Amino acid sequence: MSLLKEVKTLVHKDLILEWRSKHAINSIFLYVVSTVFVCYQAFKTVDNALMWNALFWIILLFASINAISRSFVQESQYRQLYYYSITGPKAIILSKIIYNTILMVLLSIIAYFTYSVIFKNPVGDALLYFVAVLLGSISFATVFTMVSGISSKTGNNSTIMAILAFPVIIPLLIVLIKLSNNALQGLDRGISYGEIAVLLAINVITITISLLLFPYLWRD
Amino acid sequence: MRKNWWKILAACMVSASVVAGFIGPVPELHILNESIRNVYFHVPMWFTMLTLYLISVINSIKYLNSGDIKHDMLAVEAVNTGIIFCAFGLLTGMQWANITWGEPWPNDPKLNGSAIATLMYLAYLVLRNALDEEQKRAKISAVYNIFAFPIMVVLLYILPKLTDSLHPGNGGNSTFGDLDMDNYMRPVFYTAVIGWILTGSWVCTLRYRLRLLENKANKIQ
Repeated sequence: MSLLKEVKTLVHKDLILEWRSKHAINSIFLYVVSTVFVCYQAFKTVDNALMWNALFWIILLFASINAISRSFVQESQYRQLYYYSITGPKAIILSKIIYNTILMVLLSIIAYFTYSVIFKNPVGDALLYFVAVLLGSISFATVFTMVSGISSKTGNNSTIMAILAFPVIIPLLIVLIKLSNNALQGLDRGISYGEIAVLLAINVITITISLLLFPYLWRD
Repeated sequence: MRKNWWKILAACMVSASVVAGFIGPVPELHILNESIRNVYFHVPMWFTMLTLYLISVINSIKYLNSGDIKHDMLAVEAVNTGIIFCAFGLLTGMQWANITWGEPWPNDPKLNGSAIATLMYLAYLVLRNALDEEQKRAKISAVYNIFAFPIMVVLLYILPKLTDSLHPGNGGNSTFGDLDMDNYMRPVFYTAVIGWILTGSWVCTLRYRLRLLENKANKIQ
């Protein structure tokens, strides 16, 4: 029970900090909109549904890497020490995952809407596509949170973050692109259950491993 | 001698499988023809790679539990050796694909998966280079190693089964075992697999011992 309470407090703290400065959400919003606009200037129109899908996931991937790579950096050394004295590592990593998930869900909804407004939306099964976007943002959050925890120990090198994160995220991205392609073409939903199950399973595995490994990573 | 028997066994098994693989009879199959002999060389490379990566992960877990730097050394040498076997697996596979599928790199989930898995382990080595302090390097790279391993397993063994693939045993294709291998091929194949796995572990232990000696030499200075 105390773990849940700690997590709740930490998430609350992160949200309040974010609400005061609105730094992350504004910069991400600007990042997404300007990337979509750059793509619009480069492509003008995207007629091919496959390419529409691929472009969307690439934009979302880079936006989320930028958003999450800062999640441990913004905490100063002294604040980390303070957390160390009052909570456990499990509460910290869980709260970070939850906070990043909230952030990513918000970010992907913004990205989806701006993208659909600027490029003509060819989605056949809107609900399933939305589920894919939600699952994608949750998966990005769970994987990148742990990777950013690892990369923050290397002196916050952003290259390291990209190198470590891309190979790990590609399997998820393959499943996500397949699922969203099914949604795009409006195929029968029964076909996509397998992919959704795989995504959920990978998320459960990642969260479990993060919980197991973060205590080792944290102690410095 | 008691410690070395498996090295002799490895050499014998590999040479036996090479001889039997090139001389022995193989079933005549459409498209595959004589290239089926590559199954004695291509597949064992992947088994060896996976065994070495497994050794690496187990040692990373051991390192996190004990903090003994030797486990970390074994983990990194297992990855180093595993990457070499991965390269061999890709080379033999590309040659085989060129003959049977018409191009060295067809768009196949298993190929892309192994390329990405290689990236993952190269990233592990880059991560090690980025950290200077020995203890910290060992700990953080062990964490990444354990984190990446289950995702690699998903990538190489679960995703290809879900999609269409050229490889046997994936995407509803029947496995090599039930379809194409006859009773002569099977023992040769298993000999090759065990032989190459033992050889891989041998190379890995050699590198590990070399690293131990280097470490010792550095300490005296």
